[in-house]
Amino acid sequence: MDMVNLKINGQAVTVPAGYTILEAAREAGIDIPTLCYLKDASQTGSCRMCVVEIVGARALQAACVYPVAEGIEVLTHSPKVKQARKSTLELLLSNHDRSCLTCVRNKNCELQTLSEELGVSEIPFQGEMIKREIDDLSPSIVRNNNKCVLCRRCVNVCKNVQTVGAIDVTERGFKSQIASPFNMPLSDSNCVNCGQCIAACPTGALTEKDNTADVFDAIADPEKYVIVQTAPAVRAALGEEFGYEIGTPVTGKMAAALRRLGFDRVFDTDTGADITIMEEGTELIERIKNGGKLPLITSCSPGWIKFCEHSFPDFLDNLSSCKSPHQMFGAVLKSYYAKKHNLDPKKMFVVSVMPCVAKKFESQREEMEHEHLRDVDCVISTRELAKMIRQSGINFKSLPDEKFDIPFEEATGAGVIFGATGGVMEAALRTVADVLENKNIDKLEYHEVRGTEGIKEATVNIAGKDIRVAVAHGLGNARKLLDSIRSGEKQYEFIEIMACPGGCVTGGGQPIVNAKTYMEHDLKAERAKALYSEDERAAIRKSHENPDIVLLYKEFFGEPGSHLAHELLHTHYTARNRYTK
Amino acid sequence: MEEKKRMPFKGTKEQEQQLMEVIESYKGTDGAVIPVLHAAQDIYGYLPIEVQTMIAEGLNVPLAEIYGIVTFYTQFSINPKGQYKIGVCLGTACYVKGSGDILEKIKELLGIDVGECTPDGKFSLDATRCIGACGLAPVMTINDDVYGRLTVDDVADIFSKY
Repeated sequence: MDMVNLKINGQAVTVPAGYTILEAAREAGIDIPTLCYLKDASQTGSCRMCVVEIVGARALQAACVYPVAEGIEVLTHSPKVKQARKSTLELLLSNHDRSCLTCVRNKNCELQTLSEELGVSEIPFQGEMIKREIDDLSPSIVRNNNKCVLCRRCVNVCKNVQTVGAIDVTERGFKSQIASPFNMPLSDSNCVNCGQCIAACPTGALTEKDNTADVFDAIADPEKYVIVQTAPAVRAALGEEFGYEIGTPVTGKMAAALRRLGFDRVFDTDTGADITIMEEGTELIERIKNGGKLPLITSCSPGWIKFCEHSFPDFLDNLSSCKSPHQMFGAVLKSYYAKKHNLDPKKMFVVSVMPCVAKKFESQREEMEHEHLRDVDCVISTRELAKMIRQSGINFKSLPDEKFDIPFEEATGAGVIFGATGGVMEAALRTVADVLENKNIDKLEYHEVRGTEGIKEATVNIAGKDIRVAVAHGLGNARKLLDSIRSGEKQYEFIEIMACPGGCVTGGGQPIVNAKTYMEHDLKAERAKALYSEDERAAIRKSHENPDIVLLYKEFFGEPGSHLAHELLHTHYTARNRYTK
Repeated sequence: MEEKKRMPFKGTKEQEQQLMEVIESYKGTDGAVIPVLHAAQDIYGYLPIEVQTMIAEGLNVPLAEIYGIVTFYTQFSINPKGQYKIGVCLGTACYVKGSGDILEKIKELLGIDVGECTPDGKFSLDATRCIGACGLAPVMTINDDVYGRLTVDDVADIFSKY
């Protein structure tokens, strides 16, 4: 590797050629402030927060895009640099809704942090402020352009990483704003609700639709029997909200916190994942045996589903007809569980805690009900759960580790890895292999589908038959993969797609990580590790061996893919316009 | 986010055919969006959502990006021009003589903003730079007719002639 020598603040630094000054400085332990920069997603050099002085150069340069060169001398905190940054920030703040106290990103806002770090003590520029209408019509995402700093991180993630392009910069000059085409509400656009824009936003301009009040109300209503279920990925990140290291699983404390919040029953969506494997695995085997439509593509990720409906309607028949795990589990709770425990399903209120904001949209799709009972009544994100815990005076760190409620107390290791890219594929292969071979196979781990590479491929031989599989995460990768199938270049039998890069562990509803932490951590891999370690410790690691699942089919559904299973656990899809709802 | 009433899109099959040929000739070329937008505006006179959507789908560029480009450059218009094109001069002399108030009055009378067209397609409104008739300030034009030394109260009477 070619190395380059330079000096930063007088300190000699040697870094690989191709590094930016920002990256070189971070390696040398020097923090250059950034705002529009986001690793792997946004490098536009437009906000001028990271400007540095290069000795001998005419103007200040943006460190996030300026490549290192042999012998240059960089000053990151000279008086000239500090003054330039501060003035730029003061100008940005002069047209910013500075209601920090009531902002959802209070204490977790990069603009606020910059303001402190750069020593802004007053806003010297008092000028016109543009008042923007708040778009809160989407069930998943709220856009408040009064808090937008036009950094374009959301645009870059939406357009370049996800290849959705629901928003862009519109108008010019002082009137510039990030908007959907023709300023339509996000809910009328081709937005897939993945929420990666929220994860990318440095301020409170993009947030989830807050449903915590609905949950508090339901809990306080004595008429309602309120059941909560938590997705696998939530346990891998919730701890970050309470000061734990990234990648610390907090399953036991989470269950304890939910019980203290007053939920009548605390269940694990991992059980729903195990049901999904029973149904989806059966669907795969049937399609392979009976010459059905292949490749079969997983349907757990509602962002991916809407993306497919907009951009790849010719693949709708490839989608598994399975509802996603929490929808399946909701349907089971209001039927099987209600019957078994003599509960009136009309009085049941099912809350899903999800690492995802697209699940909010999904739960409101009209298909997601049976006999006028909604499968799931309310979806909150990991962030909203953390907020509820804080608002209820629960000292999270001092909680004991508790278990989920009986039945469905122990889901399988297969269910828990659903939260990471490749996890649904691996869980399915564990069951499909056993069913097709008609015996208990020792192989549990399919490392070829693990990891954070954008598209993973493998050929798995089961019962003398080669099954070609592929896994894509992030919709840009999904698009690449589907294009290669459309063109006839690639063929597969089974594909897993998750909308968010990294899968659910880095979903749009997870705790927000700032740009600096993104540089220092491999967030996708570290959070995924929490799930794989839980899988390793699990007593049962194959969905079809979960005794609660065995009982569920024996007492209620009969067989996977039965008529009743289809009524409750399966769904259908609708082709949509490419760029509007 | 409330939707304003707008003139219904009246594109013809022939216009669509023409646009498709333009898009086809630019497919796969870098920087195709702006020349295609120019051609589309020549064909249709303006760039409504229906036209921008055809371009987005044809060139494989998100509609939001197309819309961003159209709203950035002043030579592109998302609204049609009316049968009668009103121009209110906001040059220095006219402005000093109160053409700003006249513009406000017109907006109020027609219920449209600068750059827009009434839903019936009759009037469209633009603010212009100096048109060289400073001696008559403040000045308004309607197609080729020039109205000078205007007062706010004249506007309604003038419109009734059209």
